[in-house]
Amino acid sequence: MYQIENVSKTYTQGKRTVHALRDVSLRIADGELLSVQGPTGGGKSTLLQALGGLDRPTSGSIMLDGKDLATMNDAGLTRVRAETVGFVFQNFNLIPTLTAQENVETALVPMGVTKADRARRALEALESVGLGERADHLPGELSGGQQQRVAIARALVKNPTVLLADEPTGNLDEETRDEIIDLLEGLWKEQGLTLVMVTHDSAVAARTPRRIRIAKGRLKELTGS
Amino acid sequence: MFLTYLRRELRNRRKQTAVVAIGLAVAIALVMVVSSVSAGVRDAQADVLESVYGVGTDITVTQNAQPGEGGGFGPGRFDFDAEDGEATDDGTREIAQERLRTSPGTTAFDASALDTVAGLDDVTGVAATLELTSTSFSGEMPDFDQLSEAGEPGAAPGQAGDGDGQGRGQGGPSSFEIDQQTITGINPAADAVGPLTTTEVADGRTFEASDTGADVAVLDAVYAEQEEIAVGDTITVGGTDLEVIGTVASTTGEGVETAANVYLPIDVAATLADMEGQVTTLYVQVDSSSNVEAVSTAIGAQLPDATVSTQADLAEGVSGSLSTAASLVSTLGRWLSVIVLLAAFGLAILFTVSGVNRRTRELGTLKALGWPQRRVVGQIAGESVAQGLIGGVAGVALGGLAVLAVNLSGITLSGSAGAQIGGFGGRGGGPQMGQAMQDAAGEAAGGGPAGFGGGGGGGLTGTVSDVVLHAPVSLWIVVAAVGLAVLGGLVAGVVGGQRAARLRPAEAFRSLA
Repeated sequence: MYQIENVSKTYTQGKRTVHALRDVSLRIADGELLSVQGPTGGGKSTLLQALGGLDRPTSGSIMLDGKDLATMNDAGLTRVRAETVGFVFQNFNLIPTLTAQENVETALVPMGVTKADRARRALEALESVGLGERADHLPGELSGGQQQRVAIARALVKNPTVLLADEPTGNLDEETRDEIIDLLEGLWKEQGLTLVMVTHDSAVAARTPRRIRIAKGRLKELTGS
Repeated sequence: MFLTYLRRELRNRRKQTAVVAIGLAVAIALVMVVSSVSAGVRDAQADVLESVYGVGTDITVTQNAQPGEGGGFGPGRFDFDAEDGEATDDGTREIAQERLRTSPGTTAFDASALDTVAGLDDVTGVAATLELTSTSFSGEMPDFDQLSEAGEPGAAPGQAGDGDGQGRGQGGPSSFEIDQQTITGINPAADAVGPLTTTEVADGRTFEASDTGADVAVLDAVYAEQEEIAVGDTITVGGTDLEVIGTVASTTGEGVETAANVYLPIDVAATLADMEGQVTTLYVQVDSSSNVEAVSTAIGAQLPDATVSTQADLAEGVSGSLSTAASLVSTLGRWLSVIVLLAAFGLAILFTVSGVNRRTRELGTLKALGWPQRRVVGQIAGESVAQGLIGGVAGVALGGLAVLAVNLSGITLSGSAGAQIGGFGGRGGGPQMGQAMQDAAGEAAGGGPAGFGGGGGGGLTGTVSDVVLHAPVSLWIVVAAVGLAVLGGLVAGVVGGQRAARLRPAEAFRSLA
């Protein structure tokens, strides 16, 4: 699935140059569940963004199914994000003015799915995460756990091959955290997704077959792959 | 999704939508009111001009009199001989005299100019008029024969004002009256252009081609009523009796006077004024408004002594509150509209950009979901244009109400234009008259002629019209108003969209970290 070779990423923050990734190399197989741990500012999110085509590395290559995301143009990256990769964010990142169902539908807009199909598939996705009855609710009317379920439904409604989750349980209590991890684990098994999950939580990381750690931009394998 | 998202955003950001829409609405309403009032003032000016120059006149050709020339600056002198008039028993003589000459400030020119102008390209109609002023003096003066027989000195200075005068010398009383009427000679066969085109028959009939050379007259209805003259009566002009065949009223408003008191066939007017083959004004119609300037220039080249005036030139000559309103609308109104419009555009841009900044995470998320850039930019621009549209519709409603209020308030504008008519100064019959009578008395002893000096000079007091301001709301004003508001929204959307387009999803998340 992913073959990452010597990836480095630097960016400027004010007058300071930040080395987010330093010569990172990594292979992720199809259908693998991988957790990324590390301190804040260590480079976890930068790696995830590079894997999802949200950002290009300063150097190195990120091959996804044989295509190098590092050299792909904007339109190509947009297409990859629309068709291949699903994202789940720590803050859910739902559109506050749209209902749960409409939020899920936003992921199908760039794929040119018809309105009726969008509505049907969005409702099915919400039912698959146990929120079919809350389809007409606005995000503000849902709990944190429910909002994250909507975000997961949005990430999965387009049937991606990769799911990238950036601290998906970071804003949730322990009970809800376990529910969300159960859900993600179940979907991973059911759909054969490649799931990369950034987390601070060791309990969450402990449930993944493979764990890596990134600190000061350098990657360290915690378990064998 | 586009419309759903747009609708939800506008509804959930009511305050921003309301502020932007209200800002644009106020600006649009102001633009609309200024445009409508401006059109109303233009129409009012056209009404005033038409009441003087007639419908369809694109150019007028006149020739200004120079002081000392035949054209009048005042009514001129009345010359009396000591033997003029009839002696009465109370030591006075009854005297009446009339002068018929071109209107003050104008002079006549050769009628061949009509053919010259008619022969020019793009000229579709020409009518000539001979505009005259008849000034008559009638009254009693001391009988100088009786004075000289009695050996008394000249009369004491008289006292007079407003055209009427009274003087009482030792040789007998004097009282007199000076009347003035404007007379326009027109071609009875030409009715397509000229001063009578903005009149309608009030009684009797107007001229027909067969009236050429006939001693007939058509009177202004207001003048006829004032003078208690009816159709079928006879009036005397230049010592000739003319049959009144009809009266005409102005079509520009009730009670508004037409361009002249009396209309005569032009050949009759020329004969009476001893001005055969001469005219004072040409009314020219041009085939297209785009050719007016060219024809005007061509006339100027052919008739170098003439004063050639287009409608635009004539509009500048409109004076009174109408002129003030036109000036106010064209300066203050226009600039105020531009400033408010720019402020509204700026407000819309500011709010849109601020909205984009506030929605960094939201827009970044959409990009992360694979929304193409054009779709994100389109969404922002769409919201902005919709705000503009709401502002435009509200602005049209607001502007419509404001224009309605203007129309219902019945603002009356007064304007005068065109013809220079002579006026007698208040002192016209005073010391001059007294001196004249003294002179007359002295001359009478020697049997020579006596004379009266004229009154004050001619004044620019042309036809005064009161026009109720009607500000029209045309379809194009509505379309332009909404278009302007949408343009404001579009400009704001483009600026905001550019901000959104520059947003890279990773940077959006990083900036929020």
